[in-house]
Amino acid sequence: MANENQSKNLQEKMEKNIWLLLVILALALSVGGLVEIVPLFTQKSTMEHNAAPELVWQRQSGQTLHDHKPGDGMRPYTALELAGRDVYQKEGCYTCHSQMVRPFRDEKERYGHYSLASESMYDHPFQWGSKRTGPDFARLGGKYSDDWHRKHLRAPRAVVPESVMPNYPWLKDNSIEGVDMARRFEVMRLMGVPYTDEDIASANSELAGKTEEDAMVAYLQVLGTMAKLDENKVYRE
Amino acid sequence: MDAAAEQKYNFDVVRWFTVMATVYLVVGALVGVYIAAELAWPFLNFDLPYISFGRLRPLHTNAVIFAFGGCALMATSYYSVQRTCGVRIWSDKLAWFVFWGWNLIIVLAVVSYPLGITQAKEYAELEWPIDLLIAVVWLVYSFNFIMTLATRKSSHIYVSNWFFLGMMVMITYLHVVNSLAIPVDLFKSYSLFSGVQDAMIQWWWGHNAVGFYLTAGFLGIMYYFVPKQAGRPVYSYRLSVIHFWALMFGYVWLGAHHLQYTALPDWTGSLGAAVSLAMIIPSWGGAVNGMMTLSGAWDKLRTDYVLRFMIMSLAFYAMSTFEGPVMSLKTVNALSHYTDWTVGHVHSGALGWVAMVAIGAIYHMMTRTFHTEMWSAKLINAHFWTATIGAVIYVVAMWVSGIMQGLMWRAYDEYGTLAYTFAESVEAMHPYYAMRTVGGAIFLLGAVLMLINVLMTVKKAAGEGSLQQARTAAASA
Repeated sequence: MANENQSKNLQEKMEKNIWLLLVILALALSVGGLVEIVPLFTQKSTMEHNAAPELVWQRQSGQTLHDHKPGDGMRPYTALELAGRDVYQKEGCYTCHSQMVRPFRDEKERYGHYSLASESMYDHPFQWGSKRTGPDFARLGGKYSDDWHRKHLRAPRAVVPESVMPNYPWLKDNSIEGVDMARRFEVMRLMGVPYTDEDIASANSELAGKTEEDAMVAYLQVLGTMAKLDENKVYRE
Repeated sequence: MDAAAEQKYNFDVVRWFTVMATVYLVVGALVGVYIAAELAWPFLNFDLPYISFGRLRPLHTNAVIFAFGGCALMATSYYSVQRTCGVRIWSDKLAWFVFWGWNLIIVLAVVSYPLGITQAKEYAELEWPIDLLIAVVWLVYSFNFIMTLATRKSSHIYVSNWFFLGMMVMITYLHVVNSLAIPVDLFKSYSLFSGVQDAMIQWWWGHNAVGFYLTAGFLGIMYYFVPKQAGRPVYSYRLSVIHFWALMFGYVWLGAHHLQYTALPDWTGSLGAAVSLAMIIPSWGGAVNGMMTLSGAWDKLRTDYVLRFMIMSLAFYAMSTFEGPVMSLKTVNALSHYTDWTVGHVHSGALGWVAMVAIGAIYHMMTRTFHTEMWSAKLINAHFWTATIGAVIYVVAMWVSGIMQGLMWRAYDEYGTLAYTFAESVEAMHPYYAMRTVGGAIFLLGAVLMLINVLMTVKKAAGEGSLQQARTAAASA
């Protein structure tokens, strides 16, 4: 091969020149990431709502987050829900629970419609998870009562004897009144989550008298309920 | 005793990193065994937030990867770069800055995870101020290494250093991009990316933390320490060139295979899986290169316990670099994803490959930098068997539980409805979770034996005055 000598020479040069080796390495190491990541930001087909706009809630001016009804489409989390999501992360729930239903028959029957990319468009960071020591949560909202969730969080084995989940009795005792939710909304808005000035202004007052448990239940109950998915529609090839 | 080397090179910082790596191996494995026990016997969470599974799991992963793995990498890279370049580390001060900086980061992690301070991105959970500190310490570590190479006395850069370099560049990319976040306050931030893009970036990080930190870095260890311990040159130079460039270029693409069948576009996952399959070739090339370094000297395995660790590590490396590509195939992944099989795969790499090759290198460096034999060769042998048996029990338990989980979730009864509830699958895992805890505990026992051996060797060196002698003897060699 003609370029074998050439490549041998290059290898020889790199082994003698640390700076050349560094530059070539820096280039070789950047290719895979660029090819796989950059198109996810630019290709319209990545996000299903580009073809199916009904997946995202079109908020009318003057409407608050509480005017949204389940099925209206993806919206930013309310103050209580986002506080719950923060508790979910703090407690490391993602280490045992996924939020990503795959397009298989058994997952459909166990959890529901497969998950779409648009459904986590406002999730900073994503919480798809990688492990199901416990079940998937992508479509958890509305499956159990608030009361069930509270009992389950405080003592999981009281309602599911086989469970290996830790008890979370402290959630009901930890107040979240002092959490600066307005600031968190502002940071989210900075990153493109469409919170309005009114949302931000009312954020902190919505946490009055609430506990981590209240927030967690609110978050778990909204999962998978925002957008209504059509069984007969193909969202993803 | 090698007085010439002792006086020429900075072994002080190597000694500290080596001993701390041993300490962190015990700590990381201990936390691992505890959380494994929590899954088998959940009462062990004791209703205490600070020791609940969700908060301790990041502590375990970070302790073994960054505390143990990090100290092992820093010890071995700073040791071998000096020896292969024939020069002292470029800056003693920067080397010490790296030692104290890295250990400070570890302390901060130990405090912040039990308190629930987390970015909730796997293997990168540390909050933004600590992330900044990591970036600074990592760059200083790399800079000092690169400058040592730049001032080397040898004409060529030895192969182990290529691998360390690849790790340094890639981990810098990964850490910086994946950690991009907007702070809310000192203890809380939100990832700059969301949803599907965040997922891809996270697994680009996640798999390459494995691919570069735990593979390329530890291959650097393999390429220096296996030939040194065996007293033979690397089997094939040509194979190491191929191994190196194929790994550097190819490994970066693999992350997408963690997101098969998710809301990530299909092309990305398939691309990741295709490159994953191709990676079997360079990975096995590397494993063969390491093992065949022993050709003609296999008898050494009978007497050299340290070499046993290294060869066993290469066997595990070959096994898990075959298993990984298989698991990235869509049909296999459909079954294995979300199950304990993934956990088993990670641990066959982590316990079998990463820990064993590092343990071998640590024993090697202990004798070379303390200028004395290990306190007890019998204890090394006991460590070898506990580590091997512990790892095998762990991995087998997770294979069985993982495949069983996957099959139970998708099983249908004769009426065409799901055969098992999720809770039934959890209940079925119990014996395997107990077995995993036992395997982990046996591995931990080996790590404790090692720590005892290392500390007694330090004491022995002090008693014999071997280190003092090496420092002061007129350099004759």
